[in-house]
Amino acid sequence: MRDFVSARAHAIPPSGIRKFFDIAQTMKDVISLGVGEPDFATPWCVCEASIYSIEQGSTAYTSNKGTPQLRGAISRYLDDRFGIRYDADEEIIVTCGVSEAADIAIRAVVDPGDEVLVAEPCYVSYTPCVSLAGGIPVTVPCRAEDEFRLTADALAECITPQTKVLITNFPNNPTGGVMEEADWRAVADLLVDHDLLLISDEVYAELTYDHDHFAPASIPELYERTITLNGFSKAFAMTGWRIGYLCAPPEISAAALKIHQYVALCAPVMGQVAAYEALRAGEEEKDAMVREYRLRRNLFVDGLNKLGLSCHLPRGAFYAFPSVESTGMADDEFAEALLREQHVAVVPGGVLGPSGAGHVRCAYAVSRDDLKEALARIRIFLESRS
Amino acid sequence: MDEKDLTLLRLLEENCRTPVSDLAVMAELSEQDTEDRISRLEETGTIRCYAAIVDWKRAGNSNVAAVIELKVSPERDLGYDRIAERIARFPQVRSLRLMTGAYDLQVLVTGSSMHEIARFVAEQIAPMDRIRETATHIIMKTYKENGITFAERGEVERLPYSF
Repeated sequence: MRDFVSARAHAIPPSGIRKFFDIAQTMKDVISLGVGEPDFATPWCVCEASIYSIEQGSTAYTSNKGTPQLRGAISRYLDDRFGIRYDADEEIIVTCGVSEAADIAIRAVVDPGDEVLVAEPCYVSYTPCVSLAGGIPVTVPCRAEDEFRLTADALAECITPQTKVLITNFPNNPTGGVMEEADWRAVADLLVDHDLLLISDEVYAELTYDHDHFAPASIPELYERTITLNGFSKAFAMTGWRIGYLCAPPEISAAALKIHQYVALCAPVMGQVAAYEALRAGEEEKDAMVREYRLRRNLFVDGLNKLGLSCHLPRGAFYAFPSVESTGMADDEFAEALLREQHVAVVPGGVLGPSGAGHVRCAYAVSRDDLKEALARIRIFLESRS
Repeated sequence: MDEKDLTLLRLLEENCRTPVSDLAVMAELSEQDTEDRISRLEETGTIRCYAAIVDWKRAGNSNVAAVIELKVSPERDLGYDRIAERIARFPQVRSLRLMTGAYDLQVLVTGSSMHEIARFVAEQIAPMDRIRETATHIIMKTYKENGITFAERGEVERLPYSF
């Protein structure tokens, strides 16, 4: 029998953490800092609204682009919160999580042979999605010495005549780095000069600790060349509901909608009801979660630095990204030994991009007690090696 | 009272045994500043006391608790304050509130038996001047107290790794 798996599917590298996953499955007392999701339960008002809608029989398809109520609420929210205006009917598509939004955004704009810049370290899906669309992913480094911002210099070095798109994710998974207005303005000129499109994944926009998030599409010159991606998973602790959204000028939205309607039809209706309720009534609980993440960040980053694992203060998302170079170990070696010996799960930074090498990603989306226990175990781990 | 004070109050309300060193790191303050702020919050009576929330049923205690609704005729100039002050002095009274609606004062009372509570209401509260009516409701089960849920929920399964 011939090999039925496509060359494209073959070309996708296997997950960089499969090995760690298998080891962790054999242990009972793992403290996992390896997660990419909040530990909070979804606000009860959100769950309750969704349960009620199911009881009322609301279980059918919705409009491809999502319910008008939810799109309207998203449009108002983006304007109020980040000063970006997207028309609820023409420019917003509700998707099955930001993962789907990223995929259809890429497929809507990338042709075979187009070079797509991906600011790394970053979430793992962008590069494979570019490859699946026939594009050529090119990574742009965001370095520790710049607090993991994307700089105009680093970007300029990677632009060629074939470059069409830049994909960014700020506040950043895995570094916790953020881009402020001045940082974006420096990059904006290059995007305009080279006529590039920006795909900006802002799923951590609500999780910032020092300044409010700055949305690049709020810069008028960038609006027409930006696809803004966002969702409910991180801000409202709704990872399992699978609700994200894509916002772009009408021509790009229309193209993305054609793909969305064939691959997903629509996002789950119960999730859309829940997301609407999150925007309507979830702000207080969201703010309480952000406050709690900030306390945990302070506690955990202070603890890491005291242990000699130097860590910049992450200003967004819920990840600390300490350097493990002082231990003499490579990041994947450190992550595997820490898991085997002390049952603490972290993600080796190299898995998330070459600039992540020498670092590990630690999610502080776990209780403060678990963070303290993790620090105690890391201390034992380090002492056993010194 | 600033944002830092509010942060300290929230943390202490949640767990008053959190070490000062941790409070300081979390609130982005020095330890000295943290101690000074807590002292001030204690002195001004903002922090009333440091107490444990106990599930007495688990401690084997069979105490009974009741909510008593009182209809009260207020006094000229003093309103409900004087009678409330008299009621609050009884050690059986765990909490006392002035309410809007169908009755005036809400009293939470504990006692070792239903009989004891009945006697307390009949002999101490009901005969007081200005008490027009009482209604006693025995608490059958406590599900949540001061924000703490008593029932244990199962752990939610999460993947050990996700991106």
